[in-house]
Amino acid sequence: MFENFSLWPEGASSVARDIDALYLFLLAISLFFVTVIVSALLVFSVRYRRRPGHHASPIEGSLPLELLWTGVPLVIVLFVFVWGTRVFVRTQTSPLEAMRFHVTGKQWMWKIQHPTGQSEINALHVPLGQTIELTLISEDVIHSFYVPAFRLKKDVVPGLYASLWFTPTRTGTYHLFCAEYCGTKHSAMIGQVVVLDPADYQQWLDGRPSDKNPVETGALLFQNLRCDTCHSSASGARGPDLAGLFGSDVPLAAGGSVRFDERHVRESLLEPSKRVRAGFQPLMPSYAGQVSEGDILALIAYLKSLPPARGARR
Amino acid sequence: MSAPHAGERPSYLGGEYGLRSWLLTLDHKRIGLLYLMGVSAFFLVGGAFAVLIRLELLTPSGDLFQSETYNKLFTLHGIFMIFFFLLPSIPAVLGNFLLPLMIGARDLAFPRINLLSWYIYMVGGLFTTYAMLAGGVDTGWTFYTPYSSTYANSHVIAAALGIFISGFSSILTGVNFIATIHKLRAPGLTWFRLPLFVWAHYATSLIMVLGTPVIAITILLVAVERLFHVGIFDPALGGDPVLFQHLFWFYSHPAVYIMILPAMGVISEVIACFSRKRVFGYKIVAFSSLAIAVLGFLVWGHHMFVSGQSVYAGVVFSLLSFLVAIPSAVKVFNWTATLYRGSISFEAPMLYALGFIGLFTIGGLTGIFLATLAVDVHVHDTYFVVAHFHFVMVGGAVMAYLGGLHFWWPKMFGRLYPEMLARVTAVIVFVGFNLTFLPQFVLGYLGMPRRYHVYPDEFQVLNVLSTAGASILGLGFLMSAAYLPWSLRFGKKAGRNPFGAAGLEWTTASPPMAHNFESVPEVQGEAYEREHVEEELHV
Repeated sequence: MFENFSLWPEGASSVARDIDALYLFLLAISLFFVTVIVSALLVFSVRYRRRPGHHASPIEGSLPLELLWTGVPLVIVLFVFVWGTRVFVRTQTSPLEAMRFHVTGKQWMWKIQHPTGQSEINALHVPLGQTIELTLISEDVIHSFYVPAFRLKKDVVPGLYASLWFTPTRTGTYHLFCAEYCGTKHSAMIGQVVVLDPADYQQWLDGRPSDKNPVETGALLFQNLRCDTCHSSASGARGPDLAGLFGSDVPLAAGGSVRFDERHVRESLLEPSKRVRAGFQPLMPSYAGQVSEGDILALIAYLKSLPPARGARR
Repeated sequence: MSAPHAGERPSYLGGEYGLRSWLLTLDHKRIGLLYLMGVSAFFLVGGAFAVLIRLELLTPSGDLFQSETYNKLFTLHGIFMIFFFLLPSIPAVLGNFLLPLMIGARDLAFPRINLLSWYIYMVGGLFTTYAMLAGGVDTGWTFYTPYSSTYANSHVIAAALGIFISGFSSILTGVNFIATIHKLRAPGLTWFRLPLFVWAHYATSLIMVLGTPVIAITILLVAVERLFHVGIFDPALGGDPVLFQHLFWFYSHPAVYIMILPAMGVISEVIACFSRKRVFGYKIVAFSSLAIAVLGFLVWGHHMFVSGQSVYAGVVFSLLSFLVAIPSAVKVFNWTATLYRGSISFEAPMLYALGFIGLFTIGGLTGIFLATLAVDVHVHDTYFVVAHFHFVMVGGAVMAYLGGLHFWWPKMFGRLYPEMLARVTAVIVFVGFNLTFLPQFVLGYLGMPRRYHVYPDEFQVLNVLSTAGASILGLGFLMSAAYLPWSLRFGKKAGRNPFGAAGLEWTTASPPMAHNFESVPEVQGEAYEREHVEEELHV
């Protein structure tokens, strides 16, 4: 029972120390205020206990005191707000350069795909010191990807891409939990995050059966689903050429424009007539039910990898 | 003190007897007691679930129940405790009984609606009880979609319908209280002479009336999606699962204040009485209740910092959540300052009140941790959150409810509870509570997620401590459940004002007569004016 018992969690990511510092500061001010209140309660209780010959003095209140104990906590919480927000915004801003992993949550397992194509279940092997960005989506209910040692968590919602990034700073094996209640085996939807030295990570990758990487899988799907019959650079093609579009804004038939990103690709596959490109007819059928979340992620990886075609209509 | 009119008119407990006279009563005091029975029964059910949860968590493996059963246990614990115990406990039991007495009225503004709201509450409770007996529900009390609307195979509709129905009881009680406080105050009882208990209930009623319809609509939408597959929350049907969270917390966060504001009202009365003082900074304490009620509607998004809501929304909700902490802190400082140069005695209600101040301070301060975006990302949905809201709900609301129940027990029944036993019990409850929930803060920062049936070995020590604490806490609750009913028959007879409190309710008989007062009271000063009480005490 006392094996591994501890009162403080291990820290293994670049933000763990910042969050711990904030937490310790909050702990200190909390202890201070609890001490003030409890001491006042105790001292007053003893000093002004009821006894013969002792009477209460009628006191109305005191404006200076009210201002003091409104103002001081207000300044403190505003300070904490600014501090907490700065750290939070940093954790929520995607890094420019990162190894991108795909994570799919479903009742009750985590499926993880490495940038090089290897996949694993309920385990995530990552190299030390590298910035890792996860793109997460759920196939059914809401889950939450939580690694206490990294002090990070992100809800994994069906129909919505979430992203989470971190830089592991210590090798070791850490808990991966599902933190959002997701049904019967919620507490069994757990796994491990294994942080390895880059050389060990490479060795680990080499030892895995190498599936196609997401770009190759996506390219194959693009052919097999016959996407390429309409989406081509040929003049008069029924669909827009998709090469090199990723990350840009594209005009819509209904007016306005939309950012061509993960979300738009996913929506166009499942509900193609919702946002139609300007200059094209709503001819595309829905692929809902034919493609898995993993397939969609592979198609996105493929579209991201395409360079702009020469002479393409943008 | 002499009791010149005692025995002349029958009390509200006498006069008419028989089941019929109770089930068809329009007397707010009898309806308060009907609520007391309902609320106590549901507390017992919710408490039994808590016992089973803590027993299962004694060991890391799932050896006592299957996961399916465990999930139903924590769901039903939450549903019964929140919707059928905490929400109605102080307002519907103590508020119902005391509001008219405190403002010198014969009854609430709408006595029939008051009875109706009790029946609605019971029907709602029975629906949820049916859901429990028919096989239970396993969505968590939060009913997050699309799990609740599409995936769960348990009795979601029946349980949700129970909550939907009982919501109307809450709305009716709120309307009744607002009308009563506006229209039925005795001559001379101006707003700033009202007891703070009344101010707190006024603020609470506003939330009940404005917030409850939203949860009703939300529950209805879940039912519509579940029954007719209309896409509202499930993305597979074209809905938005996060929309549910917005709607749910738009009510359920203010609902926290429905539970804690009346508790704050109780504490103000108890502290004032046992320190023989008026509450320090009366107007500030009164307005802080309203500030909490208003700000409480603007902070719901702090439940969703990791849900995928926009970063900007997170920042705004974080700021507003920090602000709502200020009026609560101000109350704590004012209660503490009330003791200064008082004449303090330590009867059981006062022990509960002092315990409340300490525990609520911890509950409030840990709320600051959760309002801090970067810290919340780590501790959201862990035992840190579980510990935090139990500090506010049990350490706050339940401690205040018990303190209030003891304080007004002699008024309600004309009998004194056994004082020494009650003091010992208050200490047991305090110790048991802390041992149960302090370790959970540590568990949360270590990363133990909530709603986990099975957990890693390294968390066991702290869970054992927590379970040990829960058994002490349970013992405390059982002791009060034994001696309070015992005192109804064997307790010493109480006079009008056994604690030497100010307040109009103490100027009439214990228990009061059916129409509360012999004649309409003329109010000369504010609620905490003690001159007349001191004269009586020294006669």
